[in-house]
Amino acid sequence: MFARGLKRKCAVDEEAAPAYSLQRQSLLDMSLVKLQLCHMLVEPNLCHSLLITNTDQQIQEEMTQDGRWCMPVPQTAGRASRDLLVSTEILCCCTWEGVHPAPDPGDLASEFQVVPAVQAPRGSPGSVWGRDGPQENRGSFHKSLDQIFETLESQSPGALEQLFSDVHGSYYDLDAVLTGMLGGTKLIQDGLDHVVDILVET
Amino acid sequence: MTTFRKHSSSSFNFAVNFSLVADVISTVEFSHSGDLLATGDKGGRVVIFQREQENKSRPHSRGEYNVYSTFQSHEPEFDYLKSLEIEEKINKIRWLPQQGAARFLLSTNDKTIKLWKISERDKRAEGYNLKDEDGRLRDPLRITALRVPILKPMDLMVEASPRRVFANAHTYHINSISVNSDHETYLSADDLRINLWHLEITDRSFNIVDIKPANMEELTEVITAAEFHPHQCNVLVYSSSKGTIRLCDMRSSALCDRHSKFFEEPEDPSSRSFFSEIISSVSDVKFSHSGRYMMTRDYLSVKVWDLNMESRPVETHQVHEYLRSKLCSLYENDCIFDKFECCWNGSDSAIMTGSYNNFFRMFDRTTWRDVTLEASRENSKPRASLKPRRVCAGGKRKKDEVSVDSLDFSKKILHTAWHPVENIIAVAATNNLYIFQDKAN
Repeated sequence: MFARGLKRKCAVDEEAAPAYSLQRQSLLDMSLVKLQLCHMLVEPNLCHSLLITNTDQQIQEEMTQDGRWCMPVPQTAGRASRDLLVSTEILCCCTWEGVHPAPDPGDLASEFQVVPAVQAPRGSPGSVWGRDGPQENRGSFHKSLDQIFETLESQSPGALEQLFSDVHGSYYDLDAVLTGMLGGTKLIQDGLDHVVDILVET
Repeated sequence: MTTFRKHSSSSFNFAVNFSLVADVISTVEFSHSGDLLATGDKGGRVVIFQREQENKSRPHSRGEYNVYSTFQSHEPEFDYLKSLEIEEKINKIRWLPQQGAARFLLSTNDKTIKLWKISERDKRAEGYNLKDEDGRLRDPLRITALRVPILKPMDLMVEASPRRVFANAHTYHINSISVNSDHETYLSADDLRINLWHLEITDRSFNIVDIKPANMEELTEVITAAEFHPHQCNVLVYSSSKGTIRLCDMRSSALCDRHSKFFEEPEDPSSRSFFSEIISSVSDVKFSHSGRYMMTRDYLSVKVWDLNMESRPVETHQVHEYLRSKLCSLYENDCIFDKFECCWNGSDSAIMTGSYNNFFRMFDRTTWRDVTLEASRENSKPRASLKPRRVCAGGKRKKDEVSVDSLDFSKKILHTAWHPVENIIAVAATNNLYIFQDKAN
């Protein structure tokens, strides 16, 4: 599996990095949606939320590190993309339909527009894990969700729209591995209805 | 285990299929002698099956499990303080060792553990003085003679009554309960804490493990499963979402925050991915009957650990390695968070765990052979042998092989149980319970 990936890397060196970034971004967005859906549950599953959050953090850390490398430097880029390719191979074997327009490899700033939004829920104390009381919890939930949407909208207008609109199509066209996974789509649909309700209320 | 040595494929046969149509089965557990099998479901019900006694007039019925008792263990509740509904789903059932004619089991949902007494009644008293046969009270002034009530046989009635309710001790969702070998205490574990209870005392429990950080923002891992050692009543283990297992000795301190042993396998850097942590999360931990080993289940494998060696497991068995390249999709549809259980056979020579597509896997630890079997009605004719299944990971699919892309991920076998002595297994496939027995029986 990995050997095959490495050969592929030799052939398409330039395309590997942005494709990987795209996939990673999609994974980050997926995690964000999952976390939001987690919090929409009356009582979130702590283990589930924690694992998604930790995955989220890993992706963000890697994206932050990529930003510091100021690519492209030929040698390091090569080495970096070799390391990255392992993740790519594991990340996904299929084509993503592009939740976001492919970022310019030289401009990683666009990737970071989403990062502060994801960090917003962690920024508000007690919003992710705190179960100190129904009022507090709901309040912080509202606050964190508002912060996410606010940040998203201010950074890239229409990004919010785009984030949710693409959920219907691309994620579930993914690959032919899954059968009978339409239930997942319904979950997203229900989640979105709920989000709309909250937005309308606030 | 002679079965696996003699036959090239599993000789498990004699499938008995029960359709519990009402609800998804959420736990399966044999009693200590194996004559009773308890199941819990999402609707809070417990159904107990009893094995038929050997009967010369019906030789084929020997070993059949029939419904013995059904009762509603937990109801949905509402936590008014937190404005939360508490699910009635039974997370775990554990039997107490039998001490008298009555049987006892512990059943738990997310928040409350209950001790149930299951007793048989096959006699009824007749001839009461103060009431009629139909229960109406007699006027004491009209009684002119006294009689001694006599016991008469009646149709067997199995009664389940709640004897203890252990509530309000868990802030987070209970994932495990385990009865201690002292037969007096038991533990209950949620995401962040483990409590010790005495079976007779319901208004108090002792907290023995607490991993809740002062600031919840610093939370990095949760408790996923816990179990008492089968023989050493002071020893317990608990697993985490980071793939580690901690063994605690209750003699060392009252609060077992510091472990006595720490089991963790070093990560293979070549297989690192964003999903590494999720797939390393341990969904189940079980001591062997001998008490010398323990087994852990993570998303893709089952590992056997020697309690004397913390650095790495002594055995690793791949359950469905072909899913490794599909982790992204499995993350997307949440299947990657599925919590599979695992179990030992009576002699600790074999282990079993579930997979997708109604497949379950058995590993023989002595011959290192493994087999994939399917729990489905089409393949389960009574007294027919189960045919081994094969999954084609890639390339040309052979006849009778199932390709990875056609696996049904909604058909997952999370709960399996093995009879404590014999080669009888119980497999829960959504809302169907399958019981398979070895031909040799």
